[in-house]
Amino acid sequence: MEELLLSYLPVLIFMGVALGIGIALLVAPFIIAYRAPDDEKLSAYECGFNAFDDARMKFDVRFYLVAILFIIFDLEVAFLFPWAVSFGSLGWFGFWSMMIFLGVLTVGFIYEWKKGALEWD
Amino acid sequence: MNVVGLFFYLFSAICVASAFMVIASRNPVHSVLFLILAFFNAAGLFMLMGAEFLALILIVVYVGAVAVLFLFVVMMLDVDFAELRQGVLQYLPIGGVIGIVLLVELVLVLGGLSITPEGADLVVQPIPDMAETSNIQAIGDLLYTKYVFFFQMAGLILLVAMIGAIVLTLSHRSDVKRQNTATQIGRDPATAVTLHDVKPGEGI
Repeated sequence: MEELLLSYLPVLIFMGVALGIGIALLVAPFIIAYRAPDDEKLSAYECGFNAFDDARMKFDVRFYLVAILFIIFDLEVAFLFPWAVSFGSLGWFGFWSMMIFLGVLTVGFIYEWKKGALEWD
Repeated sequence: MNVVGLFFYLFSAICVASAFMVIASRNPVHSVLFLILAFFNAAGLFMLMGAEFLALILIVVYVGAVAVLFLFVVMMLDVDFAELRQGVLQYLPIGGVIGIVLLVELVLVLGGLSITPEGADLVVQPIPDMAETSNIQAIGDLLYTKYVFFFQMAGLILLVAMIGAIVLTLSHRSDVKRQNTATQIGRDPATAVTLHDVKPGEGI
């Protein structure tokens, strides 16, 4: 247990270093930077004309479709890892249960391929 | 206090604080970012329990994919969030009831273990010794054979999610010319090119 956690010590050190650098870079400008703001400097920059829209615009819903299809296959791969690790002790039943799982998701994959959900028109 | 205990309190304090900020922050994008912080700290708590597979899956799936999906939803919705906030008192009772139900469930499940500690011996499958089997192997030994029904249910739920997302959001625009590779390759000079004998000064 302790051994397991000790093996993650480099990750902790890395996160500490990242946190330190991040906070230093955020705080340093407040202390040492020269500041003289005016309206024009603080306005949104557009090349040659006044900004006519909010910077945060609505996304196309197709990005969402791509993301959710990604998650599903991400999870499929996540299920494959423990299966691969204990493959030797699972036997044929474990093998075929994973094959059925993959088959079910392949049905969905064929559906989305035929529907053209992977195409960006 | 030992180091593990120190990190437990660090992770859980940040987790609770950022979970509170998810519902308290004014900007919905900040809410999603605080949710990501909460996920990270929950992964840290899993790691302290020795469940490293669950911790890393939490980061890969929840931080890498689900939080991005939430960000998409927040950005796609064109909702006036200040206006939405007006009705917060109206929704408070039903939200509070759901929260209390969840709390009671947690207390029943975890409190049952402390009332009858021998109940832990009644589990069907004892947790294997962590020195011998890694936790990813402990999951793999059970999930695909003993809990095969839940595993296949997970597959079917993923299938339903996939088909549902396609049915709800996919709409092909008919006014766009799409590339058809087969027709492109299938063209030959005989059908693609015609020669015209143009007389001078007349045009076609």
